[in-house]
Amino acid sequence: MKILKQIFLILLISFLGEALHALLPLPIPASIYGLVLMLAALCAHIIRLEDVKGVGMYLVEVMTVFFIPITVQLIDSWADIRAMLIPAVLTITVSTLIVMAVSGVLTQAVVSRKGGEKDE
Amino acid sequence: MSELIVSSAFFGSVLSLAAYFIGVWMKNRFRLAIFNPILIAVLLCIAFLAVTGISYDTYYASARYLGWFLTPATVCLAIPLYEQLSKLKENFAAICVGILSGVLTSLVTVLVIALVFHLTHEQYVTLLPKSVTSPIGMGIAEELGGYPAITVPVIILTGLVGNVVAEPFLKLLRVTDPVAKGIAIGSSSHALGTAKALEMGEVEGAMASLSIATSGLITVVGASIFAQFL
Repeated sequence: MKILKQIFLILLISFLGEALHALLPLPIPASIYGLVLMLAALCAHIIRLEDVKGVGMYLVEVMTVFFIPITVQLIDSWADIRAMLIPAVLTITVSTLIVMAVSGVLTQAVVSRKGGEKDE
Repeated sequence: MSELIVSSAFFGSVLSLAAYFIGVWMKNRFRLAIFNPILIAVLLCIAFLAVTGISYDTYYASARYLGWFLTPATVCLAIPLYEQLSKLKENFAAICVGILSGVLTSLVTVLVIALVFHLTHEQYVTLLPKSVTSPIGMGIAEELGGYPAITVPVIILTGLVGNVVAEPFLKLLRVTDPVAKGIAIGSSSHALGTAKALEMGEVEGAMASLSIATSGLITVVGASIFAQFL
């Protein structure tokens, strides 16, 4: 019963996310509305952590597997990408590394600068 | 046999998971970042479809049940984030700097690539949302007049690159702070990268989850501004 309740709550929030996606004219997917709703519900103690944690953390742990079906679609979209192959490859590789580097180094710089000061 | 595969509700998911377990086995056997289970699983599935002549649509008709879990799993990224909420409050300024700089760097680098290669406006806005989660990116590309059919694979490959390189690359850069690692991974390579961040630690995973949602939302605004530059 406990697990069923967890599944119910997670699907309910996913459904509410879908509803927001349908109602609001923004390019924001149901999953992101759902993420925000779930966080808000946990913070407001509308949903207790133990009522979603078991199933929820399991889903999060195995999440990459859920990407396989859509990624295999490369077999069909390859022809479209070929038309702009070099810029696409540079975007996927070089740009991604630069973003990771800039964001990581800057975040760390601010974190460690604050670490030097006393906590308020 | 072929009729069974076409009508099956399980074929695609079974093939995907079998390929994944082969990937996990290879990763444990060779212990190299390039033997990423997801990368191997995708390549094996593509090879299998190419050799057998089974179409992607046939595969996806049953594999989509596995993909169906993606939305509830993304919703549940709120759980590790909630558990690390104190880390978020503690490092609020650093996190804002990290996410904003990540979004801006992504948009600027794509603009530079587009200018260097004389891309059309349509091609440019197709690549613009490449670091955000695929449903947001697809929406942005559509809105700005790009080709969503190219945006989605570009986003997914970006995530795969992040997933494969994050650990050695951040080590090379001497980024050791767990908050910084998580923000870097989440803002460069969305959910697929975040899966790696979750393996690295609770704080890394939570910060990456936060970055997916936040950088996705900021990119909605940022991309529409950057779309006017070309």
